[in-house]
Amino acid sequence: MDSVTSPTKVVLRKTPLNALHRRLGAKMVNFGGWDMPVEYPSSGGLVAEHKAVRGGVGVFDVSHMGDIRIHGAKKTGGALAAVQHLCMNDASKLAIGQAQYSAMLYPNGTFVDDVIVHRLGEDDYLLVINAGTREKDIAWVRKNTSGFDCVVDDLSDAYTQLAIQGPRALNVMRKLTDANLEAVKNYWFTHGTACELKNTLIARTGYTGEDGFEIYVPADLETSERVWNAVIEAGKEFGILPCGLGARNTLRLEAKMALYEHEISDTINVWEAGLERYCKMDKGDFVGRAELEKARVQGLTRTLVGLEMTERGIARDGYRVVNKAGEAIGVVTSGSPSPTLGKNIALAYVSPSMSALGTAVCVEIRAQNCAAQVVATPFYKRMRTVAQKS
Amino acid sequence: MAYPTNYKYSKDHEWIDAKGDMATVGITDYAQHELGDVVFVELPAAGTKLTAGKQFASVESVKAVSEIYAPASGEATESNALLQATPETINNDPHGAGWLIKLKLSNAAELDALMDAAAYEKYIEEKKKEASA
Repeated sequence: MDSVTSPTKVVLRKTPLNALHRRLGAKMVNFGGWDMPVEYPSSGGLVAEHKAVRGGVGVFDVSHMGDIRIHGAKKTGGALAAVQHLCMNDASKLAIGQAQYSAMLYPNGTFVDDVIVHRLGEDDYLLVINAGTREKDIAWVRKNTSGFDCVVDDLSDAYTQLAIQGPRALNVMRKLTDANLEAVKNYWFTHGTACELKNTLIARTGYTGEDGFEIYVPADLETSERVWNAVIEAGKEFGILPCGLGARNTLRLEAKMALYEHEISDTINVWEAGLERYCKMDKGDFVGRAELEKARVQGLTRTLVGLEMTERGIARDGYRVVNKAGEAIGVVTSGSPSPTLGKNIALAYVSPSMSALGTAVCVEIRAQNCAAQVVATPFYKRMRTVAQKS
Repeated sequence: MAYPTNYKYSKDHEWIDAKGDMATVGITDYAQHELGDVVFVELPAAGTKLTAGKQFASVESVKAVSEIYAPASGEATESNALLQATPETINNDPHGAGWLIKLKLSNAAELDALMDAAAYEKYIEEKKKEASA
């Protein structure tokens, strides 16, 4: 069997909960330079964790993600102007307490990173960014906001961030905070006392396609472990499991959520990635807008589609997509068995001519062409109650 | 899980149980634990020639493909049909019902280069120490 551990000693970054994950016997992996749990064998592993999130509740340590606060120095709206310049979605539409999915683009319309923008206050925004792009993003933000009347704070190391996800996440959160969670709709947030910590940011956001919350607590060891244990305790009656990056990936893939360096990157533009819904070309100028306008006129040479394997075989990241004649027509960006669907699914960039639903394609799996077809995405959609629809 | 003392073991975590020139090959408990839940197994057709150290099969978990290398040279005479429908057999019984192939050895002397159970157990202890460092 090929080696699963790296022979050379690389110094990896650790979240405050690193020791706790190791005490739980988690299998650890290097993710973007971070020593992170990929699954917990004592819970039953990846599939059990995935199913816990879909059917009950799971908790993830996502402290490796970064946090950048952009706030107005003199209440002149400088922070909003900076965010509007940096990010493609329209942050002026955000009420205080509201968040939106967005992205920072390069001048050529490709992705620096995707981000969740939270409006904390009058002229006060929090950008939550990916772990692997922390340094790049903060440098990009500082460079591109130097002409704006705002202050940029890198708060990435200040928080332990936990994601509590699943249909029972609300039940768990109710036990941990007296904040009025029913008033916090999807992609909104509040501040409240959670686990005796005042003014804790509690956001109804996540990366799983389920209802859920992300909470941000001080990153000291004692607090981090105390809060994690409180979440586990509160979730016991709902079958809560600690969940690692393995399940995080299968969950987000089923929900067709992009992963940087896979569906989005510095060589892929907004139209190709199918993220036009989050790109407000009419809001005013932003970095990348001009090139995006040109690209929109030129049309697509590739587009992101969902695939489902129709023959035995698992399509994986980087595998070639070919037509029946064996000619290359694209590449898989993310592929994996889907624990919820019991099928092997993938996201892939293909020629627009091969992107219609039902199109038969093949994925080259170790020199063999395995049949697949283009299917609708997301592959999985959670059931929402009328009250939850927003 | 104990490692059968009559098996031999490779550095790539395969085991081989030889009787004369007929052998059974599989992956070890350490290997299945590292992999996680096995969801897919690709095995060679009967008659396929194997070369020691070269890949002859793959075992997949949800998150990874693992290449399996031949611990010895010879001809695959049979693949474990059970693994198509129930690949998790490898997780549940890696040293028994989760066997991968039957192999007709072309050079039984190759087995001398492999580890016995005691040496293999020492080898994986070292691996575990490295991983938790």
